[in-house]
Amino acid sequence: MPEGYLPIFLFMVVAILFPIVAIVAARLIRPGNPFATKLEAYECGIKAASDSRGRYTVRFYIIAILFVIFDVETVFLYPWAVRYKQLGWFGVTEVAVFLAILIVGYIWAFKKGALEWV
Amino acid sequence: MTSPYPILAILGILVVVMTLAAGLIWLERRLLALWQDRYGPNRVGPFGLLQVLADMIKIFFKEDWIPPFADKVVFVIAPAIIVGTVLMSFAVLPIAPGIIVSDLNIGLLFILGMSSIGVYSVVLAGWASDNKYSLLGGLRAAAQMLSYEVFMGLALMGVVLLAGSFQLSEIVSAQRRVWFVVPQFAGFILFLIAGVAETRRLPFDLPEAESELIAGFHSEYSGMKFGLFFVGEYLGVILISSLITILFFGGWMGPVLPPIIWFVLKMMFFICFFILLRAALPRPRFDQLMSWGWKVMLPLALANLLITGAVALAWG
Repeated sequence: MPEGYLPIFLFMVVAILFPIVAIVAARLIRPGNPFATKLEAYECGIKAASDSRGRYTVRFYIIAILFVIFDVETVFLYPWAVRYKQLGWFGVTEVAVFLAILIVGYIWAFKKGALEWV
Repeated sequence: MTSPYPILAILGILVVVMTLAAGLIWLERRLLALWQDRYGPNRVGPFGLLQVLADMIKIFFKEDWIPPFADKVVFVIAPAIIVGTVLMSFAVLPIAPGIIVSDLNIGLLFILGMSSIGVYSVVLAGWASDNKYSLLGGLRAAAQMLSYEVFMGLALMGVVLLAGSFQLSEIVSAQRRVWFVVPQFAGFILFLIAGVAETRRLPFDLPEAESELIAGFHSEYSGMKFGLFFVGEYLGVILISSLITILFFGGWMGPVLPPIIWFVLKMMFFICFFILLRAALPRPRFDQLMSWGWKVMLPLALANLLITGAVALAWG
């Protein structure tokens, strides 16, 4: 059983309670007087013609995919970073090989224009 | 090593951190004013210090409506997530020997995990608001925070490698001879930039760029919910400054003065640096921000890691 998580759990309870208490307390004492104009979308000019949840650029999706690849890579590197003394040069070589494979993919993505925004 | 009085530590850290976050609002306005040749808030109380209290009272009594077109549940949850996750990160920060809620052996991973969850807050806020500006702001925030999180993790790996542990108190102890900013200067710069992007502060505040997105993901927020986003941002600044202190500048270590004073001094220095960044730098374009991250920061972070590994091994 890992130790030291009880205080973390207590802290979590307090950290979750804090915003809830703040919102509820403000709700109890604040005025509430909404009317039609107030409840419109916060934009200027004419009324919004459509729902905002339409299409948006596919770039965000590509970034999300790149994030998955590179973040998983980061996670793979963590154990090595903690134990690199025991693993020695073997570990460094292994990581270099791992990164080499990854960098080939990175260069491919670069060439394909996945990192270009416009 | 866990604090002998966890409840005391929890309450103490919470109260101090929240007070500091509120105080920062005043500090930031005063410092910005100083650098921009104005006075800043100087009317309420001595040096305008009570401005913090006035703002708090104001935000509690502000009307706080949920737009009828918004996704109501998510709309309310989103600001709570950011405050909750940032606060959670403070649980593993060693402020001075014995002043810590819980010294987890995976402290650094815990903080990275919490900052990952924090991304949900801005994305959900932007999505739930159902406002075009908010949606764009939320998406931008997601892309920016995800990208810079990769480099943040990679930049910290050099520190983990030198200290041989994720435990933050171990990392501080490992800096007894030399602060990690010396052997890990590249890592420090990378982490600093990633940290600014992670807290969405100027110059990387594109998710809320007021000149184009009129506050981005929190356009539709008002009253206390807006206040939570606001506090969350300052909590983030405190967190990143504390992390820089702990990871690269020897944490509580220093001569003569007691450890906690050293910690606060170093942290305040970086907080002021964050504010100076806001006063001094213009905002880049979003495509510049993204290509800077993926094309410059990522290769640098990888190179830094490999070189650190090889050099540290060759050194002994």
